[in-house]
Amino acid sequence: MTDNLLTVTGLAVDYTSRTGTTHAVRGVDFAVPRGAIVAIVGESGSGKSTISQSLVRSLADGGTIVAGSIEFDGRDLVRLPERALRDIRGAEIGFVPQDPSNSLNPLLRVGEQIAETLRLHKKLSRADAAAEAVRILDEVGIPDAAARAGQYPHELSGGMKQRVLIGIAWACTPKLVIADEPTSALDVTVQRHVLDRLELLAREHGTSVLLVTHDLAVAADRADQIIVMQRGLVVETGTAAEVLGSPKHEYTRELVAAAPGLSSERLAARAVAVASDTLTLGFVPRDAAVAPNILEVEHLTKTFVLKSGGVATSFTAADDVSFEIPRGSTFSIVGESGSGKTTTARMVARITTADSGSIRFDGDDITTRSGDALRQLRRRIQVVYQNPFGSLDPTMSVTRIVTEPLRAFRVGTRTQRTETARALLDAVRLDPDLAERRPTQLSGGQRQRVAIARALALGPELLVLDEPVSALDVSVQEQILQLLVDLQAEFGLSYLFISHDLGVIRQVSDHIAVMRLGRMIEQGPARIVMGSPTEPYTRELLDAIPGRRRA
Amino acid sequence: MRILRQPGIVVSVVIVLFTLAVMLWPSLFATHDPYEGVAVDRLQGPNGTYFFGTDNLGRDLYSRVVHGAFLSLASAGAAVLVGVVVGAVVGLLSGFVGGRFDFVVMRFVDVLIAVPSILLALIVVAGLGFGPWSVALGVGLGATGSFTRIMRSQVVRVRNEEYVEAARTLGVRWPSILFSHILPNSARPVVAYAALELGTAILAVSALSFLGFGAQPPEPEWGSLVSAGRDFVSTAWWLSVIPGIVILVIVLAVNRLARAIGENR
Repeated sequence: MTDNLLTVTGLAVDYTSRTGTTHAVRGVDFAVPRGAIVAIVGESGSGKSTISQSLVRSLADGGTIVAGSIEFDGRDLVRLPERALRDIRGAEIGFVPQDPSNSLNPLLRVGEQIAETLRLHKKLSRADAAAEAVRILDEVGIPDAAARAGQYPHELSGGMKQRVLIGIAWACTPKLVIADEPTSALDVTVQRHVLDRLELLAREHGTSVLLVTHDLAVAADRADQIIVMQRGLVVETGTAAEVLGSPKHEYTRELVAAAPGLSSERLAARAVAVASDTLTLGFVPRDAAVAPNILEVEHLTKTFVLKSGGVATSFTAADDVSFEIPRGSTFSIVGESGSGKTTTARMVARITTADSGSIRFDGDDITTRSGDALRQLRRRIQVVYQNPFGSLDPTMSVTRIVTEPLRAFRVGTRTQRTETARALLDAVRLDPDLAERRPTQLSGGQRQRVAIARALALGPELLVLDEPVSALDVSVQEQILQLLVDLQAEFGLSYLFISHDLGVIRQVSDHIAVMRLGRMIEQGPARIVMGSPTEPYTRELLDAIPGRRRA
Repeated sequence: MRILRQPGIVVSVVIVLFTLAVMLWPSLFATHDPYEGVAVDRLQGPNGTYFFGTDNLGRDLYSRVVHGAFLSLASAGAAVLVGVVVGAVVGLLSGFVGGRFDFVVMRFVDVLIAVPSILLALIVVAGLGFGPWSVALGVGLGATGSFTRIMRSQVVRVRNEEYVEAARTLGVRWPSILFSHILPNSARPVVAYAALELGTAILAVSALSFLGFGAQPPEPEWGSLVSAGRDFVSTAWWLSVIPGIVILVIVLAVNRLARAIGENR
């Protein structure tokens, strides 16, 4: 008898819909040894989540296992009757879902949600189950567990909820826990604590864990073995050290190179092309005398008033924020959700108006600019949004999207604009054949390129990039960051770069500022902030970057 | 072809296309003069010469139904057009401007929807005088409320989309945003509802004509044909029943297609 708890052989899964059949998983073999943590790594569409769902036979609509076997502790889960499977789910196989906010019942107290599993599978009495639930909450690291057990999910933070879900997964001391992107929705520092807890539980209880993640660095930190998937196939399997140290498959090499946590240098601009007249159709000729700093922000403050149930509470999103961006450089703001980094960026881009403080752009005060003066300013400051699925109008073609700023300022003739669109698409390394497509027919990376091309159309001097790569797969992230660095060299752009991910920030920044609870707590040249941070919070952020254990 | 697997849709398409042809070129389909009757042949049941039978003046019912198609369907179409155009414009402005204007407009719409649409149409007809086109206007205004609501809810959704804000930061002016982003992204549910509303409008127009507010004799119109046959139901059932069946079949076909449009979004 082997010591493998789970052996998957020749697994194939198809999704059938009205538009046809997709082969999501095409013959996959792997094994999970007892007590080991195995990570499945892959980008969106690689079939990694499909595998995790097929293990407990809870595939999305239209999904069917068409071939293969899943041997779990001596039983084949593919052929087991549904009734027998029900006893295995929860009791022998625990499941930690991706999104903690949608996975708990909002109407039940969290203690009760754990106790429910215990009563169902372990047949504990009501009182015993409740006591055991408190013990479990304590074990997953929730402070004051007895009180928390009586709270509802909305009273807990994202990290807490994910701990509760980990508690539910481990409640019946299962043999295997499947964790599908358990921390992707969480902030980095929280992510680390949650993963620590998950690893600790696995080691203490000798549970096998199948960790599904898009983040190679997370896998590198936590897993004994790594399985790399691409387009429904396993391309590489091995111990974490093997896969990262000497990746055999080309795709794995790409992933390792692209993982922001694993590489540390600022990207260098590659050879740049000379901008043609066609491309610069919408550009404004710049004055010779220019201020050394493209942007100077002083004492910027923004307070939001939240009204709930007639009670107004105010919340200071940005509190006395000051910084400056030297022309042609990248200034990055890093912080977790709620730190005020996006609010600051939106004030700079003049989307929201500051309560107090001043914003000077190229020497001119733009804090209160409005009307046509503000509209003219848009030619010089452009914004690229986080979500390329939301920032492009789905009814427009790529050409129309890219030429929209030109039309808004009545630049050129229709033919000229179409030519400029082609030149811009070329500048962002996008196939001109895509020019007549609509955004829905493009991938995330392609859409973000379209958004960047649109932002470039008027020849801006400052680009505000609000988490421009967070919605993208790692290998695509890398390409977009490289593109941004190249464009910066080509057009002498200045960037205000917003991200929660220090790994990404490190690749593009000249200066870094750390924000927390609306305040800028530390700022300085990238090398100094990354190398010798003075604030303990910055150190914590740096330590939380996945992949540092092996880097 | 996926559509061929749904026979209901195929049949509906055929019916609607045939009806359109009849409506546009009635003389190609009619077998007799719709106004001149042959007195000897009066009140004949459906037979080889008179497919739908004849009325009390010996006029061919089939030819009258064929010639009535234009008035019945065109006024129903006009009604929907009025509803869509007025509703879309008001909804677009209301959702876009927002604030107090939006509040006042929407309360007015609430009142409009609370009044039975047939009553609303009657008021309009009473004001404008009898005739198929005032019936169309009345029915159309009655439908305006729902169109306004749908349009407004779409506009409120779309105006908060990120691409609208993005257009703003690109320096696009508001009127331009309204027509290039908000309108195209809001129109779809309105179009789907308009298709559904067409069936309702055909019924409403026929109902008003039945009551005598629409086309006046001897002008053939489906609702008034049903009404004219009322006096002979016991002796000549076909006079009311056949135009009724025609209305029924066409409304069903239109509704089936409207549902298909709504599903394929």
